[in-house]
Amino acid sequence: MTRTLLTGNAAAAWGARLASIDYVPAFPITPQTEIIETLAAWLDRDEMPGRMVMLESEHSMITAAGAAATSGVRVFTATSSQGLLYGMEMVYTVAGWRAPFVMVNVSRGLATPLTLEPDHTDIMAARDSGFLQIHCASCQEVLDSVLIAYRLAEDPRVRLPVIVNLDGFYLSFTREPVEIPDPATVSRFLPPFDAESTRFSASAPTSQAVAVLSGTPYSYFRYESHLAALNAISVYDEAAEAFADAFGRRHAAVEAYRCEEADIVFVMIGSFASKAREAVDRLREAGQAVGLVRPRLLRPFPAEHLQHLLAGKRGVAVIDQNLSMGLGGVLHSELSSALYGKSGAPAVLLSFIGGLGGRDITPEEFYEIAAVTRQAVEDGVVPPPRLLYTRDEVREITKLQAIAHAERNELESGE
Amino acid sequence: MNESHFKRMKDLPSTHLLGTGTPMCSGCGGLEALHEIYDILGPNTVFVNAAGCMTLLAVYPFTPFRGSWLYAAMASAPAGAQGIRDALDILIEQQRLPVAEDLQVVVLTGDGAAYGMGLSSTSGAMERDLDFLYICYDNEGYGNTGQQFSGATPHAARTATSKGPHGFAGYKKDLFAIWAAHKPAYVATVIGAEPLDLARKVEKAMQLKGPRLIIALAPCPTGWDYDPRESADIGKLAVSTGVWPLKEYIDGKVLHTKVPKQRQPVEAYLQKQGRFAHLFEPQRNEQLLQELQHSVDRYWAAVEH
Repeated sequence: MTRTLLTGNAAAAWGARLASIDYVPAFPITPQTEIIETLAAWLDRDEMPGRMVMLESEHSMITAAGAAATSGVRVFTATSSQGLLYGMEMVYTVAGWRAPFVMVNVSRGLATPLTLEPDHTDIMAARDSGFLQIHCASCQEVLDSVLIAYRLAEDPRVRLPVIVNLDGFYLSFTREPVEIPDPATVSRFLPPFDAESTRFSASAPTSQAVAVLSGTPYSYFRYESHLAALNAISVYDEAAEAFADAFGRRHAAVEAYRCEEADIVFVMIGSFASKAREAVDRLREAGQAVGLVRPRLLRPFPAEHLQHLLAGKRGVAVIDQNLSMGLGGVLHSELSSALYGKSGAPAVLLSFIGGLGGRDITPEEFYEIAAVTRQAVEDGVVPPPRLLYTRDEVREITKLQAIAHAERNELESGE
Repeated sequence: MNESHFKRMKDLPSTHLLGTGTPMCSGCGGLEALHEIYDILGPNTVFVNAAGCMTLLAVYPFTPFRGSWLYAAMASAPAGAQGIRDALDILIEQQRLPVAEDLQVVVLTGDGAAYGMGLSSTSGAMERDLDFLYICYDNEGYGNTGQQFSGATPHAARTATSKGPHGFAGYKKDLFAIWAAHKPAYVATVIGAEPLDLARKVEKAMQLKGPRLIIALAPCPTGWDYDPRESADIGKLAVSTGVWPLKEYIDGKVLHTKVPKQRQPVEAYLQKQGRFAHLFEPQRNEQLLQELQHSVDRYWAAVEH
């Protein structure tokens, strides 16, 4: 088995190439740009068939992607953060077109303040759109997930666009050994896109995405999309199974790590879950029964998988790398609603916010999270959500503020 | 360029392709223009629409079009056209779609999208030399929401957001010049009230490749405040007073296709519309009327020099 060192971005581009995509509407944005640059280079050198077009914005890019997918070709695109939000009107719109294409989002914190570093607030903004979401924790997973995503998107029971999410910098620019699947096996796993009646042609005129005038047809079409998204849970499981058969790698909808007989479980998505995984190993060595649950599929929300995996656990700590202002962690609130009233649901479900704008989560913080969770289990009292911030960080921000004040004073005094 | 099939009025199609019974207002100058345009274009078309009055043409489960339709969003209809055009080309190239199944990709938007929110995506489409046709029905305001002023609203017009004694303080943006500055294959102005001129231009646009853009001034009974039966007359006056110059941009040159020999005073056009009533009632606003006449005179002086 040969493996090649690839960044997460290059792995995403390889996924698109192996999926035999026809069309790439593109627009550059850090930290995603390497994906489209890689594809552009391959296309320029005729190393892969297909066509790329550079749009003038993400709003137009997602429009073109949706329009091409509804015309019957296989479409790939990629964006990040501000770009995802700039195109958000179309994220919702093309999902309603039932345009089955794959978009990679390289997660990056949202302004304000402006940053290039990662967190998941960008992708959470797309959670109600109708796009399905797969979250990756390794470069291999990025490549594999793009292939699985096409199976999912194009399945007649689903027909919805899919976002494959990876973290900026931590995955996008980090090289990991990646096995590049054999193209012939890929084409057996992923046959050509059969658009069926979703296309435009002279002899079969169609009207797509027309307006409605009342709540009755509106609700009908919205419910249809929702039910199709729910179908995607079992379709995902099938696709992951077929993928494992073809390539020997299993990418479950929800990954469980050392959860057997664990009484405390961390719940996280994305590449920072690798940090949690490391902490789980250390805690296990210290004799603590701690595990990790990592949803890969976030839309549709794999509620039953999570209920099953967390049943009988004593305490759960959800570490959200996003922040819904005035609420807290999105994953925590979604998991709470999935577990509420279910038999065997853990008695305590704690919320931690960390890793915003690329801020690290250290092993010590995971140990602390485990300890606080254990304490909550013993006391039967759930502490309020905790915003992770260390004493060192307080010192650092105080220093930055002092510099800012000094600079302003200097300016005002005219020195 | 081949000679036009449309030499006189009787050469125009006598039956309309676009279905009747649409929810457009009676006397809609935009619909009049669209009827005439569609008759020339034919059904092998896919319309990509941006939010505006004509979004309501296709309401589930009805459409007046014989061909295809995709509603995109207010800002990005030209990008939708890009996606469809590219997909059709890819399918034809891969022999997954016979050439006979190909379609003309037509963007259909109002002035709100064309002059403002959609200008960036239109500029992008022209810069990429997209092979498409753009039809803008220009009723000089955000008509579908009740005629608030837009970048297309003429100076002094009363709109829902310019009800003061002097009307709209801004000036109509020169979209023809903005489009032409991109050096696309073709740009033209048309009006439904001049069907022969319109038919020749659509015919010409269809013979060309690349970006082809047409602005149809769309007299609007509800937005401009006049009786629907006046639409055709007001359209003719727009041309004969010189307010709406009929012209085209092709091969780097601007040609006027219908130069009014004896231009009528602009007043004749303004007087018929409630949106300019404040220029005449309770007393004549000589200064504004002269200003409007002068701006038209200046335009034509430069053309006629």
